[in-house]
Amino acid sequence: MTEGEPVTPGEPAAQAPRPPEAVGGSGGALQAPPVNQFDPQARTALSNLMLAMADDEFVLGFWDSEWTGIAPVLEEDVAFASLAQDEIGHAQALYRLLADLDGGDPDAIAFGRRPEEYRHARLLDHPRTDWAFSVARRFLYDTADAARLDALVASAYAPLAEVVAKMRREETYHLRHMLAWLERLATGGDQPRARLVAALERLWPDALCVLDGVEGDDLLVEAGVLAEPLAATRRRWLASLAPELARLGLPGPPPAAPAAGCRGPDRGGDFRWLWEQFTMVRRSDPEAVW
Amino acid sequence: MRTVSETEVWEALAEVPDPEIPVVSVVDLGLVHAVELDGRRLKVELLPTFVGCPALELIRASVAERLAGMVPEVEVEMTFAVPWTSDRITAEGRRKLRDSGFSPPGPAPASDRPLFATIAMRPTAACPWCGSDDTTLENLFGPTLCRTLFWCNRCRQPFEQFKAV
Repeated sequence: MTEGEPVTPGEPAAQAPRPPEAVGGSGGALQAPPVNQFDPQARTALSNLMLAMADDEFVLGFWDSEWTGIAPVLEEDVAFASLAQDEIGHAQALYRLLADLDGGDPDAIAFGRRPEEYRHARLLDHPRTDWAFSVARRFLYDTADAARLDALVASAYAPLAEVVAKMRREETYHLRHMLAWLERLATGGDQPRARLVAALERLWPDALCVLDGVEGDDLLVEAGVLAEPLAATRRRWLASLAPELARLGLPGPPPAAPAAGCRGPDRGGDFRWLWEQFTMVRRSDPEAVW
Repeated sequence: MRTVSETEVWEALAEVPDPEIPVVSVVDLGLVHAVELDGRRLKVELLPTFVGCPALELIRASVAERLAGMVPEVEVEMTFAVPWTSDRITAEGRRKLRDSGFSPPGPAPASDRPLFATIAMRPTAACPWCGSDDTTLENLFGPTLCRTLFWCNRCRQPFEQFKAV
């Protein structure tokens, strides 16, 4: 986000970005194009984008799985297990696309890197903390991710467009669920509301990072992979959220741009702890065959 | 070896049950994207229902096992070429779901709008046991990725709905 970029709450509900002219055909069975359709810089940017998306989904999936067995109500044990499973599934599909593009093994990309090599947004460095914190984080992430997926629907990189089309159909349930919880905590009395407001204030600066920190996104717009630069996606996301936040009287984003280092390499101890958990089995025997 | 027809391939596919909801077959669920039969070669492409569904490999392997031997070369693959949607569940599949206590999904949300616009979506379901529309959504999520939980206020029974995706 450039300094002073306006966030206009009055903007009409976000419009789906128009598909770039270069896209041949819309939806349907697109023939997978050869991977050398892009010049080397754009291709590197495509890898950056897919790795950022995959790591976002992967790390959030692991944090949310932490609620299994201890969520405030049984229904949320079930719901957060499903949400986490969806995200890990999306990460798996995206790591597969990365392996198809750059070579390598999807499992090695997922589990074989050092903590500083992960490229998830800083929003996902926080531990699950309390329930309001997890709800606030997931609401901000899911809505930002929805805006990002909208910008990829007509992507010129057909394998990505295909996976995105599938992911979007599942995300509708995530969005609805998280809005319901946001409302419930915002209107559920003093303590839930205070916890939610505190969580949103703490998380907003890092939430802006979900739509930032992918080097070369301008090249991806030129190549028809993304419908718009991420800064424009971020404006569209904030415009779509503004009416809901105003209705519930909840804090909005800070005016400043996201600080540098949105996607690593500096990570706190919380992510290192999670990394040790989710890589533990693989590190015990990296060559094991399952 | 006698010649196998495409109809026979589809009949064989109709015998492969979904591992999580075995009353319906992979054909009932609309999972079969393409059948290419070329003399000695048979290629079947399947669509994943949910990206993270742990049963995908099981489904692929069950289909491969059922088709094995029909022609010398059998290949079964998963593809994202078109997104699977619950609108692909056949009328027969919907009847089987209802008969076994699952409410079939309503129409899937339009996919050409901004995703955020679908946030107001709230599934409704008729009770598969008594047919009443007086039902309450209990949880958008359920025991597997593809299910939502409801309660029937008339016959006072819980039931599940296949998600509309």
